[in-house]
Amino acid sequence: MRFAVCVFPGSNCDYDTYYVIRDLLGQEVSFVDHNTKRLDAFDCVVLPGGFSFGDYLRAGVLASKTPLGNAIVEYAQKGGLVLGICNGFQILTELHLLPGALLKNENLTFLCKDVYLRVENNSLPFTRKFEKGEVIKLPIAHGEGRYYVPEEELRSMEERGQIVLRYCDEKGNINSKANPNGSISNIAGVCNKEGNVFGLMPHPERACEDLLGYRDGIILWHSLVA
Amino acid sequence: MVEYKVMKVRVIILPKKGLLDPEGRAVKEMLLDGGFDVKDVKVGKVVELEVGEGTDIKALVERYLVNPLVEEYVIE
Repeated sequence: MRFAVCVFPGSNCDYDTYYVIRDLLGQEVSFVDHNTKRLDAFDCVVLPGGFSFGDYLRAGVLASKTPLGNAIVEYAQKGGLVLGICNGFQILTELHLLPGALLKNENLTFLCKDVYLRVENNSLPFTRKFEKGEVIKLPIAHGEGRYYVPEEELRSMEERGQIVLRYCDEKGNINSKANPNGSISNIAGVCNKEGNVFGLMPHPERACEDLLGYRDGIILWHSLVA
Repeated sequence: MVEYKVMKVRVIILPKKGLLDPEGRAVKEMLLDGGFDVKDVKVGKVVELEVGEGTDIKALVERYLVNPLVEEYVIE
């Protein structure tokens, strides 16, 4: 597979993502900068974490107005696989490729820690190597990760299986104690109706090697190339 | 020389009513601790613009500055 890793001014997880794709997955990967207008040559486009354009105005909004932002919309509308991690997730909501918005954490602190997540939908190209209901551990690192969507839309998203990951405790229970940032319905990751665009706040690219104490992140990447 | 008229516009952006505003809540708690009789606080942002006459301010604000899902705005 040929992967593109999007690089906006202020992206900072781009090299981690590139490393995982090239060195751990053994796939072709290129960086594409914010002025890129075409993505046809790629099989999957990844928007990495970071602070694109310094998070000015709202996290992700300035990145969404670049030529690359337009190219990502065009690519996704043709059915291309798009993965947004952390700031990448914020950009995908600003591009309206994913529903909802990501707001300041409820407790107003930047959160940098491990969380448990329950896999609610394992039928996506991004999650097919997980079990449904499986509890996984990934790190989060964000100040604006409180997922919000109006109640009515939330219900239809649930019916369509668009809720992909929820924050949970070690045993898989969904409760407010296991919710790090105040996200509605403990949501950590969602997909679009078609299932080809997926955004999540946790960082699977940081959780791919035993050396770092993780084993779950790499499964997401293996799902993509399976 | 052609005279070019410039409009000054101020856009006030606030979190939508009913939406949790943790910044506003934190500021309110600080003010209550300070002994002030405060009922509600909202924290938002102000964008000041100088634009050419005839600029479609509404389009500019709604397409670029505000996320209508979570924010509301006033143009001054």
